Amino acid sequence: MATKVVMEALSPTMEEGRLVEWKKGEGESVAVGDVLAEVETDKAVMELVARAGGTLLKQVVPAGTTVPVSQLVALIGEPGEQVPAETNGKETTAKPKGPAEAPAAQPTPDENRPTSMPPAPPAEPRPAPSPSGRQPVPAPKPSQPGGRVKASPLARRIAEERGIDLSSVSGTGPEGRVVLRDLETAGATPAAAISRAMPRTGDGAPYTDTPLTQIRKTIAKRLVQSIGPVPTFYLTSEVDMERVWDAREALKTLGDGPKVSFNDIIIKAVASALRQHPACNAWWQDDHIRYWNEVHVSMAVAVEEGLITPVIRHTDLKTLREIAAETQDLAARARERRLRPEEYTGGTFSVSNLGMLDIVEFTAIINPPETGIIAVGRIAQVPVAHEGAMTIRRRMRLTMSCDHRVIDGATGARFLQTLKAMLENPLAIVY
Amino acid sequence: MATAFDVIIIGGGPAGYVCAIRAAQLGLSTAVVEKDKLGGVCVNIGCIPTKALLHSAYVANLVAHDAKDLGIGVSGVTADYGVAMRRSRKVSEQNSKGVEFLMKKHKITVIKGTGVMGKNRTVRVGPDEYQARKAIVIATGSRVKGIPQIGLEINKTTVISSDEALFLEQAPKTLAVIGAGAVGCEFADIFNAFGTKVTLIEVLPRILPIEDAESSDALAKTYRKRGITVLAGAKVTKAVVGKDKVTLTIEAGGKTETVEVERVLMAAGRAVNIESMGFEEAGVKLTDRGFVKVDPVTLQTTAPGVYCIGDVAGPPMLAHKGSREGINVAELIAGKHPHPIKYDNVPSVTYCHPEVASIGLTEDQVKEKKLDYQVGRFPFSANGRARSTGETEGFVKIIRDKKYGEILGAHIVGSHASELIHELTVARENEYTVEEVDLAIHAHPTLSEAIAEAALDSMGRVIHI
Repeated sequence: MATKVVMEALSPTMEEGRLVEWKKGEGESVAVGDVLAEVETDKAVMELVARAGGTLLKQVVPAGTTVPVSQLVALIGEPGEQVPAETNGKETTAKPKGPAEAPAAQPTPDENRPTSMPPAPPAEPRPAPSPSGRQPVPAPKPSQPGGRVKASPLARRIAEERGIDLSSVSGTGPEGRVVLRDLETAGATPAAAISRAMPRTGDGAPYTDTPLTQIRKTIAKRLVQSIGPVPTFYLTSEVDMERVWDAREALKTLGDGPKVSFNDIIIKAVASALRQHPACNAWWQDDHIRYWNEVHVSMAVAVEEGLITPVIRHTDLKTLREIAAETQDLAARARERRLRPEEYTGGTFSVSNLGMLDIVEFTAIINPPETGIIAVGRIAQVPVAHEGAMTIRRRMRLTMSCDHRVIDGATGARFLQTLKAMLENPLAIVY
Repeated sequence: MATAFDVIIIGGGPAGYVCAIRAAQLGLSTAVVEKDKLGGVCVNIGCIPTKALLHSAYVANLVAHDAKDLGIGVSGVTADYGVAMRRSRKVSEQNSKGVEFLMKKHKITVIKGTGVMGKNRTVRVGPDEYQARKAIVIATGSRVKGIPQIGLEINKTTVISSDEALFLEQAPKTLAVIGAGAVGCEFADIFNAFGTKVTLIEVLPRILPIEDAESSDALAKTYRKRGITVLAGAKVTKAVVGKDKVTLTIEAGGKTETVEVERVLMAAGRAVNIESMGFEEAGVKLTDRGFVKVDPVTLQTTAPGVYCIGDVAGPPMLAHKGSREGINVAELIAGKHPHPIKYDNVPSVTYCHPEVASIGLTEDQVKEKKLDYQVGRFPFSANGRARSTGETEGFVKIIRDKKYGEILGAHIVGSHASELIHELTVARENEYTVEEVDLAIHAHPTLSEAIAEAALDSMGRVIHI
């Protein structure tokens, strides 16, 4: 009869552990005291050792899974011994249940299982983390072990055309299959609502979901207790805007196309800087962090009854001319309250500018689930020391608000440093 | 003390008996109340016996017209309607017995008699009262009705309905069929093959008015070639019913003509069976059009715990629609959550020769909805299998959405159209587009290849024309 291996409390305060890596494969022989797996606790990475010898019959949970203490993680037994059906990953995998699906017959209880033991956890389809600790999400995201989103061909075609991420739609067809009516009713997230084909970065996935490490979890828990639901801190930097000023004057002389504003240039610079600092281009998702491989900058626009943040999609891939045309259009329609929901949702980072209202500097409030926002102050001529002499130069203050659960002080500072360097040497924006 | 069942179904036709089987499968104790034979109109005086007669008609035409070309010499061919009729009765009896067997197999109690509902989910059949613990299902179906307002009340001698036509000992010499829907077209086909001079009269501009205009036109053309007088857009303004003949005054295309026939077959209009069923007592209300009022998803009537399925619950009045409703209602009663019925994906089939079948929208309906569409067609005259059997009449027509390739509608006229249509029914149910239909490899030579070709044609890539 198989011996069950459970998640052990490896520290006095441990309530759950993340199974980082399996050290023994299925079918490998195991002696008492052998290290079966590495487990990350709330404090450190520890070893889970075998309490019985034999053969590792089954890894019940895949690496990368977080498991509560005392829950089944593996089975050790005689070689070739039958694994009880319920501990078989395929059997216990939670199927996405459509509302229309009839309740299945109750599985017969496993005779082998001690009654005090909690039931085997569903083997989550989450794959092991890659060496970098990040797991790119293939598009479309697998919603089940089959590794594909179940959808009708027609739904697939329409989703593709409209830029709807099928994995974000809950299907009501047989076995949770996404069918036409689901697209009609779902508030599906537009993934790439962009007219022309844009090159994708990363592994072709729009973002990468990263499981929270225990230290990240602790940081998040403590900071939220301290300062509020979005633990924000602020970084301010002063930027010399002379060269941006000159560049903009030069663009003006071109005569054709939309007028490029400072804000457009800042938005473009923010996008280019985010490309270099993907750690700041992320969403806090409560149980994981979504690092975006695409850059969609939100732009705060004051409207009569408040403000709204239209999104310039794929900001980093657009030319300044395209950004200028788009910001003008979005701002105008925002004031007329004629933006479609997909035009003001889905941003990955925000820019808010009160410079035109003579504000020197201010702190902007993060727009969750985004984790960063840049507050742009006025451009003013001030006396500064420049190349060893006092001189009057155009300067501007940028203040970045960072969600500390995702962006640490140094991370934010390095991003701001890049942004400043780009604005002081505008060619770097497109370099 | 009333005998109690979980579910009591009133009516043992294709809606009711299928509902009963599904309910029994789900562990519910089930009773069916049936005043006549199990299987209802479909098995006894509808779908099944007419298909038997249509097969006789098919063979009669084959032997009389095509056998010689096929190298089979025949002489002294006779077509005896009485013999064909008796065979059709046997087929019906076998099917009705089959339903009886199914009831026994699933331990379903069959109560003979007329069910009348009372308060609190009770049903009275004669002197006995039964209690439904969970639900009553009304599945009483429909019956033929004449058009009394123009003097054409069914008298069962000179003015008959399909009920009488199915029991005639011999085919009449002349016959006017009023109403060119599925029933009218099928009887026109049958009697034409048995030597009757048939006049087919339809008040709407086309025969098979619910089908695509191209299907109607193709069938009308074939019928005329076979000697059936087809009068569409024709109104019977006067009828003089005699002892052994009927004189009809018909207005069509601004002209008035008089037709004298031995019998008139009324194939227009059906009435639902809602009379004396205790609806008021039970709290069951009707719609303006006289059907039982139901919730479109749950098919529950205005009385809690009373459901309604089949013809009496509203159109389309088709056996397969009723059966599906029966299954869904049984599952709902058992606490399951069945997938909602897609009423826009109910196939429509007329078993005349050539057969006419369709699914989804007609081209006119697509136009009306202002959808951007593309039509693909493939004629059976270009299909190898159809040529080999000499059945080259007809076509496959697929109407697809221009942008996404969704199959908006499909129409088939031709031999075995009734079987062929289901490929497209499955495709639509699963939201396959024309591309998936083409990608599925079709065996050669088959009539089904015409479907793949029509799908290709809708994309401008047809191979064999």
